[in-house]
Order: sequence, then C-alpha cells, then structure tokens
Amino acid sequence: MSTVTAPVTIGQDHVPVRKPHPVLTFLSTYVFSKDHKVIGLQFLFSTLVWFLIGGLLALAVRWQVAWPWSDVPVVGKLFAQEGGQMAPEFYTMLFTMHATVMIFLVIIPILAGAFGNFLIPLMIGADDMAFPTLNMLGYWFMWPAFIAFGASFFVEGGAASGGWTSYPPLSTNIAASPGAGWGQTLWLLGLTFVGVSSMLGSVNYMTTIILMRAPGMTMFRLPMTIWAMFITAILQAFALPVLTAAGFMQLADRMFATGFFSPEGSIINNAVAGPGGGQPLLWQHLFWFYSHPAVYIMILPAMGMVSDILTCFARKPLFGYRPMVYSVAGIAGLGFIVWGHHMFMSGMNPALGITFMVSTMMIALPSAVKTFNWLGTVWGGKIQFTTSMLFALSFVSMFIIGGLSGIFMAATPVDIFIHDTYFIVAHFHYVLFAGTAMGVWAAIYFWFPKMFGRTMNEFWGKVHFFLTFIFLNGTFFTMHILGAVGFPRRLADAYHYETFHHLQPMNAFMTYCAMGMVACQVVFAINFFWSMFYGPVAGRNPWNANGLEWTAPSPPGHGNFDFQPVVYRGPYEYSVPGVEKDHLMQTDPPNVAAAAAAATHH
Amino acid sequence: MKRLGGIFWGLLFLAVPVLGVATFAIAPSIDVWLPKDVSVHGREIDALFYFILALTGVVFIATELLLFWFIWKYDAAARGDEKATYIQGSHTLEVVWTIVPAATLLFLAIYQMNAWANVKMRRPDMPPTVEVVARQFEWRLRYPGRDGMLGTPDDLHLVNDLHLPVDEDILVQLKSMDVLHSFFLPNLRIKQDAVPGMKIPVWFKATETGSWDIVCAELCGWGHYKMKGRVTFVSRPEFDSWLVRKYAEQEATQPAPEPSGTLVTN
Repeated sequence: MSTVTAPVTIGQDHVPVRKPHPVLTFLSTYVFSKDHKVIGLQFLFSTLVWFLIGGLLALAVRWQVAWPWSDVPVVGKLFAQEGGQMAPEFYTMLFTMHATVMIFLVIIPILAGAFGNFLIPLMIGADDMAFPTLNMLGYWFMWPAFIAFGASFFVEGGAASGGWTSYPPLSTNIAASPGAGWGQTLWLLGLTFVGVSSMLGSVNYMTTIILMRAPGMTMFRLPMTIWAMFITAILQAFALPVLTAAGFMQLADRMFATGFFSPEGSIINNAVAGPGGGQPLLWQHLFWFYSHPAVYIMILPAMGMVSDILTCFARKPLFGYRPMVYSVAGIAGLGFIVWGHHMFMSGMNPALGITFMVSTMMIALPSAVKTFNWLGTVWGGKIQFTTSMLFALSFVSMFIIGGLSGIFMAATPVDIFIHDTYFIVAHFHYVLFAGTAMGVWAAIYFWFPKMFGRTMNEFWGKVHFFLTFIFLNGTFFTMHILGAVGFPRRLADAYHYETFHHLQPMNAFMTYCAMGMVACQVVFAINFFWSMFYGPVAGRNPWNANGLEWTAPSPPGHGNFDFQPVVYRGPYEYSVPGVEKDHLMQTDPPNVAAAAAAATHH
Repeated sequence: MKRLGGIFWGLLFLAVPVLGVATFAIAPSIDVWLPKDVSVHGREIDALFYFILALTGVVFIATELLLFWFIWKYDAAARGDEKATYIQGSHTLEVVWTIVPAATLLFLAIYQMNAWANVKMRRPDMPPTVEVVARQFEWRLRYPGRDGMLGTPDDLHLVNDLHLPVDEDILVQLKSMDVLHSFFLPNLRIKQDAVPGMKIPVWFKATETGSWDIVCAELCGWGHYKMKGRVTFVSRPEFDSWLVRKYAEQEATQPAPEPSGTLVTN
C-alpha cells in the first residue's frame, strides 16, 4: 500500500462520516444485495421453506413408525413401487434427510444467517457488516447446498441414507446401502457448501462485533443476543475446519478409495470391501468434534435472543448479566471437550469414556446457571403476555426438560441402556425444537416489526403458540418413556420384537400430535404473510425496548440509522427507580435520564 | 377481566410439571417402562436411573413450579401502576446456584464411575464364551468346540439363536463383518457397537432362565429393523446338551463348516 487515506472527521462532535449508500437497481436491492438486512431476510425465507420440507419429511417418518408398511396417504403413489407402501430403504433416507435438512438448512442458517445477519449491525449500532460482499457470498454459497441436498432426492439410489451422522462404512460403500451412491456424494458436497457459508458468516460476525460497535457500546453493554452470536461465531470458526476436512476424507474414501475410514478385511454384501487400513471410529471423532460444538451453535443464539425478549416483556433488567455472559463462554469452552459422549458405546476406550463423562456432567452447570438467571429475570417482573413472550417463556420451560434429560445420557452406565433409543430422540427434540425453534418463533414475533415495519397479529400468534406448545409436548414428551422401554430409533418397524410389540398405540398418538404440530403452522404462515402487507404499522419501538435496533426506522433503510447512535448504558435498564418511563434506551443521554428523574421527584 | 389472559397462560405452564410427572407416574402401570432386568450389573444401572430420575425430577418440579408462580404472580395486568422490581442480580444467589449444582454433578460423575467400570472395564479373565459377528442383517454366532478355542474346526456355527448358561460369567467377543452394528440386549442392560476391524469384549451374567430379544441399535442399512436375534439362558447341564445337539446337527447338515472371513454365497 503506497497511499494512506486519512480518516475524515467532521469537526465538532467527532462523529464518523456516514457514507451515503448508492442508489441500487432491483437486482442489487433484493437479489444480489450486500445489505445485511436483506441477506438476513433471504436466509429467513430460504430456511423457512426448508423448515416446511423438513417438517413434511418428519411426518413421513412418523407415519412409518406409527403404522409400518401401511399405504402412505396422498403422496404414497409418488415414491412407492406398488400401492403407497414405503420401502425400508426409503424410510432410512427419510430420517437421514429430515435431520440433515433441519440441522444444516434450517437451524444453523436461521440462527446465524437470518438473525445473526439481521440483528448484529442493528444491535451494535453499525451501518452494515464489516465485509458486505463476503456476507452476500455467504448467502449465495447456500444455494449449491440447497441444490445438492434437493437434487439428491432424485438421483439413482435416492438421497443419503446413512443417518445424518453418515457413519462409514455404511455411508462410503455402495454395496452397504443404496443411498451411499450419488446421494451421499451430494450430501457431502452440500455439507461443504453449508460449511463455507457458515465460515464466511462467522468471520464477518466476529470482525463486525469487535470493530464496528457504536461509540459507547463497550463489550459489557452488548445485548445477550450479540454475545451469543459472537461466541457462536468463534465456535463455528474453530470447529468447522475439522468437519470440512473429515468431509473431504470421506469424499476421497468414496471417490479415490483412500480407505481412511475402512478397516482391513471387511466383507460387505458378500464382496470384499475397499483397500482397508482405516478406522471407522476416526470419522466419529472428527464428525463429533465439529457436531458437538454445533449443538451449541444451534442453541446459544436462541438463548441470547430469549434473554433479550424476557427482559423486555418482564420490564426488568436481566438477572446476572455477567454470569450470563460467562456461562455462554463456559458452554462454548466445555463444548469442545465433550464430543466423546456421542461415542460411549462406540468401542472407544471405556477409560476415555470416563473423561468425557466428567466433562459432559460439568457442561450441565452453565446451562443450569442460565436457567436460574432466566427465572430470576421473570421474578418480580411485570409480565406482558405477548406472543413473543409466551414463546420465550416456553423456551425456558422446555429447555429445563431438555437440559435435565441430558443428565441421563451423560451418566455412562445409564447411557448403556438408553443410547440410541427414543430417550435421546426426546432429548434433542426438546433442545432443538422445543428450545431453539420456540426461541426462533419468539424472535420472529419480536423482530418482525423491525423487519417489515408492521406487527404480526397477536390473537392468531397466540393461537399458533398454544397449538404448537400442546402438540409438541404430545409428540416429544412421550418419547421419554418410550426410550425407557429401550425403543430404538431408526427402526422402520420395531413391533416384531417382543420387547416393543405393545408400543404401537403410543406411537400412533405421537404421530397424530406431530400432524397437528405441522398443521397448525398454517396459522403461522398466514399470519406471517398477511401481517407483512396488512398488519398494523409499527413505529420505531413498538415494544418499548431498549436496544439500538429500536432507535432505527422500521424497517431501516440501507445504512440502518438516520443518526449516529451513541450508547450510554447497558441494554437492560427497565423500570429504573426514579425514572418516569419504565425503560431507558441505550441511546438516551444521561442528562435526559436525570431530567426525567428530576421530573418524577418534583 | 384483564387477568384472564394471565390465568390462562399461568395454568398452561402449570400443566407442564403436572402432566410431566403424571406421564412418568402412569408409564410403569401401562408397561411403557424399563423392561425386566435379568442381569447382575443391570441392578446398578437401574438404581442409577432411578436416582437420576429422582434428582432431575425434584429440579424439574421445583423450577417449573417457580416459573409458573412467577407467571401467575407477576402478570402486568395484576400489578396496576406498580413498576417491576429493579434487580440486576445477586452475587450470593449466583454463587449458591453455581456451587450447589457443580457439587451435585461432580458427585454424580464420581458416584457412577464404579458401575461403568463394572460393565465396560473390569473384564473377567476367561476365554470368550461365544463370538458374535454382526453382519447385514443377522447375528452370526460361533461357539468354541470341545477344545475351548475359537477358530478351530470343531467350532459350532449358528445364526441369531444365542443360547447361554445362566448364573455364569459370559464373555462375548463382538465383531462386525461389514458396517457398524450395535449389540443391544434390553433385558440385560447391555449395549455395545460392533465395529468392523475391532474385537470388542462384552461381559454379563444372567440371573434367571428365559428368552429375550437381541436388537441392533446402530443404523446398519435398509434391513436394520429386522436384524433380530434371541438370547436364551438355560441351566449349565441344559446348555451342555444343547451344544452337543447343535453340533451334531451341524455335522449332519454341513460337514465342513466354512471358516469365518471367507466369501459367502447365498
């Protein structure tokens, strides 16, 4: 660099120059946009479409579990060879792709991609991300993944069917499973593209949060949403390279017969398999080294958003702000040394299992601290039962269940019995659906006015909440006791076992609840799209919240703020004694607060 | 009637602990509960399960009731003009609810190590009773013959029908021929993945005679659901005569048993 550009300042208040954004065409405004808000909404719409697809895949899975080999209504004729009956290999493909879609195309991109993108610059007072072009690329790298995963349903042998964990040799040898052909190759390519997208996002989020905070926005004045996004971005950046490397190794095993994960002397389907010299457990270590931290990538942002929503509608400061920050950091740190608990039964050295058991037990601690602090936040509050608040409260209620059920599996001796049963299925659905998805809905209802300038309908929002809450518990709570019988996951038909033959009625009940759960999302979809155009116009700050995003116009234009936000306090100054209004925004100058205080004393 | 909303949502959140506890209370009476345990080490596992259930149950009920109570009591509509309490936290409370769970979790971690070691680390010093080789989609069994050694011509080969003596230490040598499988005996509280390329020891001791399911618990392909076997525990004399009978049957039908590891045509 031969030239140095001197920073331009406007004399009086040292306010940085806000570069005017150029006038844009339709394409560069809505399609190839570099505006973080548009990119966030692109992520939101794409992930909601995949959420629907993932939900329908789940229904097909539930159909087979409840009524094995019976004709699938309506869509059965599309895939069945005869009648509408599902083939067992089709069933294995269904649950593999349900998990894949939900994890890689819904939960991870909706949290980091949609909300991370939309909220980070707005909540820290920046006009955009640090690297807007990289940000746009981050979204467009999702498309090869959408195409790879989507197309894999139509290739010979069908989509991947080795489970979302893709354990070799089942996933690497075509003789072992029909889905281990093109389906698995496309799965690995899709995963790689999702990884590239996540990596571009996390580099951007870290840089933006470190460098682009508004004047006065110290790290310990950041809302919990931003702390959670920041720590999630760090997790992504450190864990993802391992998964990417493992993915390429599996790809090489399949394409070039490298045999990283194939042992010597296997005989698959009566044929000698591969060159050997590898170890199936190696994949499991590499995969879970990423995918366990990924579990926290899938919940920490929701925890952050729920913390902000709870404080707003309880009109109370967050209980224990710093412990909340430290516990997120604690979860992230410990999250790197617990991956072995997925492998307690894998044949890994049982002594190593003890180490992982201790670290896994201890990771329950920061989660417990968070739960107690959420309870402390609600305590003594002045609760407004908005739809968003109800979803946030249910996040806390459901996360308690998901957190506590985890302790059973962390206890290695108990895990011997419940490993790979419906107990674990119950556990992760309580964390990921009843936790994260409920948190995401809370966030959608909460930030919808900022996204589209209009509020969603509260009555239908509550109907949506009530039905989802009832049906999700009907579907997932019963899975705990099914797991207590030892009912294994991923079985196309378990009723021919003496131990499980009497469990069909209970599974039918769960499937009815699952159908209700998917059906009631129609209420959400109509409310969402109707409100976008016809909902009541929201002002800048419809919830009387404190964050910086509520000082910007709704929706904010390109460049976000129409003034330079300056931050004077933390984000949770609700119901401050001696102040007339019940909240002090982060941008309210101290003299305004003092004047307001004086006014009330008068 | 501004309070109506608060009452409704309060009761909904109260339903979580009420129905949650009810589900677990009813489950054993409708037989949706731990299957009968017929192993020695299983008692320890079940006791630990109940211990954790009690512990987490207390925390579950306490926290869910607190959440309900706060929702019930601090409804904005019921608080009139009163402001919310301005509290930013409590150092004492943070210390208490960090140290108490930390101590409990650490205790739990140390307490269960012994049970884990019994099932997975304290391998009995004996030759394998039987070799189980998992394969898409069946359990291939190999008993040592009269010489007590595996891999000799007098081995007995069977499929899916595992017989074992009761009240004796059993050592299974678990292998897989093709992909991952998992050797799951629900009634013996045994689960162990079978990994191609590895020989994994599994041991247990049954306390009563009877016949139980062998389930595959690790996804192994399209036929995963039908990879079913049976384990039957009989008295030692019965077991010995069963071995002799089965060996005679094998000699009659299959004069030269193929050694495992070679190609199979069927």
